[in-house]
Amino acid sequence: MSLGDKAKAKVTGAMQAVMGTAVGMMPDAAPDPLRRKGGVIGAQVSRLDGPVKVAGQARFAAEVALDGMAYATLVTSTVARGRIVELDTAAAEAAPGVSLVMTHRNAPRMKAPTRFTESLTAATNSDLTVMQDEVIRYDGEPVAVVLADTQEQADHAASLIRVSYEREPAVLDFDAVKHEAKPPPIIFTSPPEVKHGDAETALASAPVSVDLTFRTPRHSHAAIEPHALTTAWGEDGSLIVHTCSQMLGGTRSNLAEVFGIEEEQIRVLSRFVGGGFGGKTLWSHEYVAIAAARLAGRPVRLALSREQVFRLTGFRTVTEQRMALGAREDGRLLALIHDGLTASVYHNAFPEQISFPARHMYAAETLRVGQKKVDLDTAANTSMRAPGESVATFAIESAMDELAEKLGMNPVELRIVNDPEKDPDSGLPFSSRHAVQAWRTGAEAFGWDQRSATPRARREGDWLVGMGCASGTYPFQQMPGGVARIRLSADGRAVVQMASHEMGMGTATVQAQHAAARLGLALEDVTFEYGDTDLPAGTMAGGSSQTATIIATVAAASDELFTQLIRLAGNDSPLAGLKADDVEADGGGLRAREDPARFETYASILGRAGRDTVEAEGKSPMPTAPMKYSMHSFSAVFCEVRVNEVTGETRVSRMLGSFDCGRILNAKTAASQFRGGMIQGLGLALTEEMLFDTRSGRIMNPSMAEYHVPVHLDVPEIDVMWTDIPDPHAPMGARGVGEIGITGVGAAVANAIYNACGVRIRDLPLTLDRVLAGLPDATGRPTAPGKDQAWT
Amino acid sequence: MIELAYRRATDVAAAIRFAAEEATPKFLGGGTNLVDLMREGAEAPATLIDVTRLPGRIQEREGGGVLIEGAARNTAIAEHRAVRERYPMLAKAILAGASGQIRNMATVGGNLLQRTRCFYFYDSAGRCNKRAPGAGCDAVEGFNRIHAVLGASPACVATHPSDMCVAFAALDAIVHLDGPEGPRTLPMTAFHRLPGDTPEVETELRPHELITAVELPPLPFAARSTYRKVRDRSSYAFALVSVAAALDVDEGGRVRDVRIALGGVAHKPWRASKAEAALRGAMASAESFRAAAEAELAAAVPLRDNAFKPGLAVRTIVSTLGELARGEAA
Repeated sequence: MSLGDKAKAKVTGAMQAVMGTAVGMMPDAAPDPLRRKGGVIGAQVSRLDGPVKVAGQARFAAEVALDGMAYATLVTSTVARGRIVELDTAAAEAAPGVSLVMTHRNAPRMKAPTRFTESLTAATNSDLTVMQDEVIRYDGEPVAVVLADTQEQADHAASLIRVSYEREPAVLDFDAVKHEAKPPPIIFTSPPEVKHGDAETALASAPVSVDLTFRTPRHSHAAIEPHALTTAWGEDGSLIVHTCSQMLGGTRSNLAEVFGIEEEQIRVLSRFVGGGFGGKTLWSHEYVAIAAARLAGRPVRLALSREQVFRLTGFRTVTEQRMALGAREDGRLLALIHDGLTASVYHNAFPEQISFPARHMYAAETLRVGQKKVDLDTAANTSMRAPGESVATFAIESAMDELAEKLGMNPVELRIVNDPEKDPDSGLPFSSRHAVQAWRTGAEAFGWDQRSATPRARREGDWLVGMGCASGTYPFQQMPGGVARIRLSADGRAVVQMASHEMGMGTATVQAQHAAARLGLALEDVTFEYGDTDLPAGTMAGGSSQTATIIATVAAASDELFTQLIRLAGNDSPLAGLKADDVEADGGGLRAREDPARFETYASILGRAGRDTVEAEGKSPMPTAPMKYSMHSFSAVFCEVRVNEVTGETRVSRMLGSFDCGRILNAKTAASQFRGGMIQGLGLALTEEMLFDTRSGRIMNPSMAEYHVPVHLDVPEIDVMWTDIPDPHAPMGARGVGEIGITGVGAAVANAIYNACGVRIRDLPLTLDRVLAGLPDATGRPTAPGKDQAWT
Repeated sequence: MIELAYRRATDVAAAIRFAAEEATPKFLGGGTNLVDLMREGAEAPATLIDVTRLPGRIQEREGGGVLIEGAARNTAIAEHRAVRERYPMLAKAILAGASGQIRNMATVGGNLLQRTRCFYFYDSAGRCNKRAPGAGCDAVEGFNRIHAVLGASPACVATHPSDMCVAFAALDAIVHLDGPEGPRTLPMTAFHRLPGDTPEVETELRPHELITAVELPPLPFAARSTYRKVRDRSSYAFALVSVAAALDVDEGGRVRDVRIALGGVAHKPWRASKAEAALRGAMASAESFRAAAEAELAAAVPLRDNAFKPGLAVRTIVSTLGELARGEAA
């Protein structure tokens, strides 16, 4: 971190303090009246984008066809650090159909982009450019791209390129350098460490304590759609990019920087995204394709191979976490210590914020939470579904289970007695915390009372059956900087526009539902348009923030729309004299809140005014509620596993997630988000690990055959339920549901494995060899004959 | 572009003749492994000779055996009544492998010639003696959790990935070959090689020789046999350890005969001959199963990441034989 970064961090911190004080003196914004509205809100509306996807009519980024388009294939580095000493492209250039081979020798000059962590209007996680010199900075870095008339020609020509490297020493081994770890100056806008009281002393003198170390490996998003773009430059210097992005605005902003053009000259489109999970941000292949399109003077399509997705786009980084808890005999926490270590890269500042959740989860008398990092020579690590929380809750909640056992206490009750009344770090009141309710209803629905406190109590043949539970949590986030536009027509139809993202979460559907309720229209009379930077600015699909942000922005636009409508209605209208705050939309028109008889339809208002349409825009409000309230979602995760006593295999037989996420806006899409998160959590728990060879810096399992995500047969029946209690301080009472599902699952599975077979595993993934290491041999004898034998 | 010739043979003689006419031919069965390897750059044949139109019948032989012709699809074999009744371990092994779609394509001949899933074999940036003989092996000191513990060499620690072949090895299957020098047969257990100093030579196939059939000799007690595959996820994962076993116990509770083969532990399907020898005539008890399994695994040489495999193999053998002895397995 440079001095400049440090100064920036200080300023950000000071701004936060000033803002916090100022906001603290302001009255609360009035709760959104729609937060309690029924009807289309909360209904099980099927995804509106479902039919076109099922019919194969949805065009994804790699399916957009542009006239005269060339197909691109990348060649990537096979060393982690060094320089190119030989780069022979002659054969590729001479190959059939090839129109361009671009390398650092002929690539257009590009400027370094601003990183996402430094600016909310950036989408890249690395400030490296690409193909600007002969230096190699990570394995998988693009070193050449071939453009050809067909994909097959491009693939073949790329295979003819010969590159040799002079290797330089690379820092690749996390374990070897972790003693050099340092705290980053700031994690987003929070300090890297918080302390309340003397936690170490409290831990040492606590009647009951645990002090444990947990490790988690690198994870890949493994979205079904590999990263791809189709791009073209216009003769006027404009640029169009069809890509798969969860940060359209940031992508446009970074591309303007990198290529030295104005944002207004760039249009980025991303109507459909085949899964994001944090990985569909801006990566180096996009600069390469766009630069090659400029150099070749023709449109370019580039789709990464699955292997390239693994190598050059980001991943969830590795962690090591110390988790210590001290408690009174009644279970109340005297000390909570969570010390985390992660690996990052010098060209990135993405923190994997593992120190965040423990700041808000439990009412410990003393608390110390912090994290440090080391820099390795790898591709940039990045956000992946609940960055920080997903892997931190594995450590925190495994430790809670171990503490419960030492206390002889029901693990559910241990969570409940430590549920805090106010935020343990900031001291702020919670906006809406119903974690205890989630625990109680979840435990009852799951049948938690059937669990034996003693491991190995239930057996079905070779299978030992156990239950486990864990807390999950994820913060409420809402972004500033967006704009929504509503265009209402005299025929009673509305179009709502905001350059936001639909990656399969249900955004397009939920926002159509929201707009219908907000405008008092039927669902089929509302169109939500998104996925195009020519629309009013959206904010990122990240941090589970998009739903709340769009709602707040559309609400601002609808306030403006209502003001305009009342003005248009004039003195002859039953609405005459009212303000936007005095009316609500209902039945295709506006109605006075205090006097329901005062009502006029949009058609009537527009007809009298002689207008076909009325249009209004609203800006995303600055989210001030999180400065006055601690705003988080909570969950209680339960699972039942079967551990084979012979082989150590674990199969999860039942799961239940009980969520407190505020208001649920669409029971169907929300349930899918929860379940999807929990399934990704199953992968995190049981199988997922990027095998990173510390000798070479290469990922050794860059394929879906060897990077094991759960298959259908691994996924049991998953029950989900929610409190559905609106958060009075969140737009429409909703706190976001995209990420919390994955949190807590790793620990719930690990705790269930312990309950089943008595083996504690503190390293992910929870593979059968780790189970076996703790299982006794049937005869009590060791079971590794021949261990000391040499080669024969 | 890479010139790639494709020729389709409709009988064995034509396939062999085509192969003899080409410089670097490969027989193409379902393509479920070969095409992947060509995409990965690990195989680069100049000519593909499609043998999927060759006979693929599954014939019951007199005396209780079954002959499976080379182009028979995995799914057809697993579904065949005689296979399910006489050799349930084979049906189970096939169904434990790959996915329904892959099994519909894959042929028995191709299955025998599957190549390893070693991470370093697939990575052209690393060292692999199979891909580049003499280059060295990055797996010996690398990620080798899925690698061999029996019969490996410093040159190669890869495993054979097939499930089907493990059952074949246990059943004393006979591989029928035909080639320029005429037809011949090899026992399945002698078909695949251990790596030694030449891990790139994986089988005893001679140049241009074709697998025309796999014959299952009669083995009445294999009607009580099973296949247990231990893996990291429920489906679509290769075996960490697998056990194909058949057990014949006399009225006195002694083992009259037994067949055991292991997958996931060696460069070839591993016939557990030492364990079998130890068991013949012994009481069919957990103790003797364990002693036999440990005798088989005594020669195991674990690597950095796969020290669990010998113990897992022992446990799985004991458990599988126990199921058979109790009559619990098919």
